[in-house]
Amino acid sequence: MGTYLLEISYIIASILFIFGLKMLSHPDTARKGNLWAAFGMGLAILTTILFHTKGTHAIGNHMWILGGLIVGTVIGWLMAVKVKMTAMPQMVSFFNGMGGACAAMISLLEFPHIDASQGMMTGEVLSVLAGLMIGTVSFMGSVIAYGKLDGKINDVKSPILTYVNLAFLISLIAIGAYIMMQPEPNSTMLYVLAIVAAIYGVSFVMPIGGADMPVVISLLNSFTGVAAACGGFLYDNQAMLTGGILVGSAGTILTVLMCQAMNRSLGNVILGAFGGAAAGGGGAVGADGAVAKESTISDAAVVLSYAQNIVIIPGYGLAVAQAQHVCHELEKALANKDVNVTYGIHPVAGRMPGHMNVLLAEADVPYERLIDMEDINDSMPQTDAVLVVGANDVVNPAAETDPASPIYGMPIIQANKAKSIFILKRSMKPGYAGIENELFFADKTRMIFGDAKDTLQKLVSEVKNM
Amino acid sequence: METLDTVLSYIYQNLDAIFMLALSIFLGIEVISNVPAILHTPLMSGANAIHGVVIIGAIIVIGHTEPDNYMALTLGFLAVVLGTLNVVGGFVVTNRMLEMFKKKKPKAESK
Repeated sequence: MGTYLLEISYIIASILFIFGLKMLSHPDTARKGNLWAAFGMGLAILTTILFHTKGTHAIGNHMWILGGLIVGTVIGWLMAVKVKMTAMPQMVSFFNGMGGACAAMISLLEFPHIDASQGMMTGEVLSVLAGLMIGTVSFMGSVIAYGKLDGKINDVKSPILTYVNLAFLISLIAIGAYIMMQPEPNSTMLYVLAIVAAIYGVSFVMPIGGADMPVVISLLNSFTGVAAACGGFLYDNQAMLTGGILVGSAGTILTVLMCQAMNRSLGNVILGAFGGAAAGGGGAVGADGAVAKESTISDAAVVLSYAQNIVIIPGYGLAVAQAQHVCHELEKALANKDVNVTYGIHPVAGRMPGHMNVLLAEADVPYERLIDMEDINDSMPQTDAVLVVGANDVVNPAAETDPASPIYGMPIIQANKAKSIFILKRSMKPGYAGIENELFFADKTRMIFGDAKDTLQKLVSEVKNM
Repeated sequence: METLDTVLSYIYQNLDAIFMLALSIFLGIEVISNVPAILHTPLMSGANAIHGVVIIGAIIVIGHTEPDNYMALTLGFLAVVLGTLNVVGGFVVTNRMLEMFKKKKPKAESK
């Protein structure tokens, strides 16, 4: 009877995964969807422990399993609860890497048990090898992505890496094929495979620019999904199979959608179009000798208070300074002066798509004030002032005008079309793409240097006193 | 001819799994296709938690390991911990992101 219950619970879990994912794609039902998927997962784990059998053997070593579940739950829970909103992207990457590592370890453990009586050219061996390869690449890649987003690892840009990576990929397939051609499981070669896969994971992510990390994480996410599905093939396990493949295909589509939001192809991201053209350190002087003009806070407050339409364009700087609450205060203070304030949200502002929406929602900014890029661009010419808070590349006009620019072709928020522009920034340092922004040197642009939260706070009190 | 036979019989033996594979791929694509950009991050995070289903594989491995094979038990234990991290961390992080969408609703209406 246990086996029946197990299979039925796997079907229920699979359906819950599908529904959960579906509900996650609508704002109203997203939270419930997540909980349903979590419930399905809990059910599948519980019934596996209770009812799974291999031949006549039930699951044993309960203490080990329980211990692992408890340790993992406590650590995972604490990490997830304590992480700051700004660090969310790297957290997702970290958890993704753990899943990849788990898949790889399953393969390592199952390999010695492979039944080689039918030779090694079997689906079983293929599943084990693919799970190990993909899981390891996903694990190492996620760790590097985590390090990059956390600012611990810098980009290594070299055109040779493309060929090196290709060589690694070919050798991975060759080693895999070699293992399958042996009459017996060859553990030494398996370790070689794991090591090469680990190196490949590192060198795959290394040359990709930090600004593209969201896309990479999404891609690695779907890799881990495929690795989990390999496990599903190996154990003929429906829950692992549906869950894994679902994430594999959904993750791939999501990756493509993210690339589209940046108007780039996936190949372009992976091969790193951001490489090479990095500009120098950047000073207060532009390419043609133009000088960025500074504004005092009270001047800015006057302009903002007497404007009719203002657009705030947030970027990663807002997230770093945790300035979302002050930003909302400024918006309210200006609204009291009958100024119409909206937010212009670039799809890839911050470090992840939707990053800004999440942050501003945290500060209780009404949903309808957040305007998408296309719509905000239509109203830009009627905008009296834009306030760019810690954003850079997403308002860089070079993306539209300069074919030589590495970000050429990326859609931007056309802040340069507004009547006046205030830019809140820490310094003249270039943004993540590492390039100069001519917007800073425009005649109608004024810079306000300093910590975004601090500057906004001062602006709020100036506006209130007006 | 013999290899072709092997391949065909392998496909035949795994027909269920292959069906599942094909349908799941379509489902995944279908489910995601119309997602607003705001939800990209939470959705990625949610999908991330779902592939934590790999934990089941870890449980199966360790559950069928000989109780005196401490090397395998330790590795299996580690796999269970890693898989659980993926599952629990993934769902909790997703929930935290989505909580922020929930909060502003009643406030927006009260204005």
